[in-house]
Amino acid sequence: MLAENIWRLGNSACGEDLPIVFVEKLKNAMRLTALSRGAIALGLTPDLTLADARARIPALVALDRDHDAEARLLARIVAGCARYTPMAAAEPPDGAILDISGCAHGFGGETGLKSDLVRRLEASGITAFCAFGDTPEQARALARFGHKAKELLNLPVEALEADPAVTLALRRAGLKTIDDLARRPRKMLAARFGDLAIRLGRLLGEQDRHISPERPLSPIFALRRFAELIARVEDALACLEELGHEAAQTLLERHEGGRRFVARFFRSDGAIMSVEVGTGQPTRDPALLIRLFRERVDTLSDPIDPGFGFDMIRLDVGQCEALVARQDDHLAPSRHAEDLAELIDRLSVRLGARRVHRVQPENTYIPECAAAVCAPSKTPKWETAPEGEPPMRPLRLFDPPQPVGAVMSEVPDGPPMRFTWRGKSYGITRWEGPERIAAEWWRRRDRGGKPRDYYRVEDEAGHRFWLFRHGLHESGGTAPDWYLHGLFA
Amino acid sequence: MPVRVALGIPKLDDALGGGLAAARLHELWPAQTEDMPSATAFALLLALKAAGARGTIVWVEQQARQGQLYPPGLAELGIDPARILFVNAPDEKSLLRAAGDVVRSPAPGATVIAPAGPARLLDLTASRRLTLFAEASGTTAILLRTADPHAPSAATTRWRLAAARSRALDANAPGSPAFALDLLRQRGGAPSYGWTLEWDRDRASFTPLSRDLAADAGGEYLATG
Repeated sequence: MLAENIWRLGNSACGEDLPIVFVEKLKNAMRLTALSRGAIALGLTPDLTLADARARIPALVALDRDHDAEARLLARIVAGCARYTPMAAAEPPDGAILDISGCAHGFGGETGLKSDLVRRLEASGITAFCAFGDTPEQARALARFGHKAKELLNLPVEALEADPAVTLALRRAGLKTIDDLARRPRKMLAARFGDLAIRLGRLLGEQDRHISPERPLSPIFALRRFAELIARVEDALACLEELGHEAAQTLLERHEGGRRFVARFFRSDGAIMSVEVGTGQPTRDPALLIRLFRERVDTLSDPIDPGFGFDMIRLDVGQCEALVARQDDHLAPSRHAEDLAELIDRLSVRLGARRVHRVQPENTYIPECAAAVCAPSKTPKWETAPEGEPPMRPLRLFDPPQPVGAVMSEVPDGPPMRFTWRGKSYGITRWEGPERIAAEWWRRRDRGGKPRDYYRVEDEAGHRFWLFRHGLHESGGTAPDWYLHGLFA
Repeated sequence: MPVRVALGIPKLDDALGGGLAAARLHELWPAQTEDMPSATAFALLLALKAAGARGTIVWVEQQARQGQLYPPGLAELGIDPARILFVNAPDEKSLLRAAGDVVRSPAPGATVIAPAGPARLLDLTASRRLTLFAEASGTTAILLRTADPHAPSAATTRWRLAAARSRALDANAPGSPAFALDLLRQRGGAPSYGWTLEWDRDRASFTPLSRDLAADAGGEYLATG
């Protein structure tokens, strides 16, 4: 085992000697938690408050510590260690464990491997401490605490990394090194300090814990090659169904469901036809999958042409999400959501995702912008209309508004009394207005154009319209235009 | 026997045999082209009634030539736009297929199918299919035709809708939506003509509106019924 202890992450390109510290909020104060070499040389220590450190060294460069970035860097380092062994695992927050059993000879033995690793890390500005051990704990303890004591038994009890209270108790009892502990009967340690005996056993190499290496999951796919070409689309789809079952099995083993599936049909003359379906919820139901594919194939503007035949069909699962296996509940509600998701998927596949949607409110006064299309899986929140009012907004909206002609009103700025739309004249008997909606001058450079005066009107037969006058009457100017913007129920 | 959804007007519900039959196909059309908004609203309100308190309403529409369904207007009618799934079909054939899918699924509470033209594909066979799907799934289907009341159909009820003059509010402002409707045909029942209803959004129900009253501009304080 080889443990490397990456110290002071982020101490890379800024120059070795600059006093750089990383701070985070601990115990109600900004405290140093990671330091550059330059900062250590100036006598700063971890856990010091930033204010104290600043008082000592005014030129201090303090940065917020970013644990996520550190974790990402560690993950990259571990991924890079795959060059030495497939069994590489991160030991958060700042370590990595490599199982190099049988891997070292390619690098000139253990020391060769170690120097290669250290050289590579140093090249990218990372200081690493490496140590070998029979178990992961041994390697880890030697890497972290082995600078002074080279022998395992001479390591301080802190190397066990037990609870601080336990470590303190051991120190008080005069047990300062691993050697002191190893001489004691284990039963006594277990009775007094719980898991300390296990820790000790692992550190001394009496027990082995296997590391779980980080390995990217391979993409899920299923494919079938044919010795004889398949020339019928129907047969190809039947084969796709079998592939769907295979992929579903893999998904089930991983407790995942797919959101995007791509079927590729490889024709013997080299042409590849690709059909893709997506679902709103992760799924691994082969029957649903093949139904979606059939829908998609049916609606292709350019149908699948087998030509002389297909020699391979491949199904890829493009995007996976967690999907826990579940027993069906016979009580309806949970089933309902799935039914709806399935319906949405079917319609989206057949008509195109654009054509199946819900609507969400937009924060604007401009009527034609007040609603926006959103994904059918969303549940937007709409406000209910205030009580006691008739509908103030029409059921149908014209976008753009329809020009209406021959609008007569008693006074220039008054409500309309009669108007003509699509060659028909309507006499207004009831009206309400105006509701003035000004253009959103803060959004547009030209101040958004003219304000609109909206009127809710009803004709003799009971048809209700939403008319507006575009602009204001100005003396000497032409009369403003009228538009029909919507129809009420 | 189908489940009946009461519309809130005892006499009309009696004429319907207890209310609108859920899980069936119902057909509506406007008396004139101008009455289309009224017919649309009535179709959506029937769907709202049939879908129950929380059910999804699917609006399957053939690409509208002019005038989109306006979500704030729906909210003003008392139909939460979040409950509506909008489906837009490019042509009549895909409209019919999508409608079939929707009505066959048990998930939506109700659906409104709105073709853009005379919808010749929606013939006796197609409407029979939709009825059978609706019976099996429990989804109520409302077909909103644009014209041609004489097309043969297997719908359970057929209605003709027109706008009615609303009960004026203060200062002669137009009031709540009012509908004039005729029940032209119903399976196993007699037709019934000359209904005038008002939609009471706050109580989510229809209330009767007498025609004389509607014509009387000052009648807003008189009791209805």
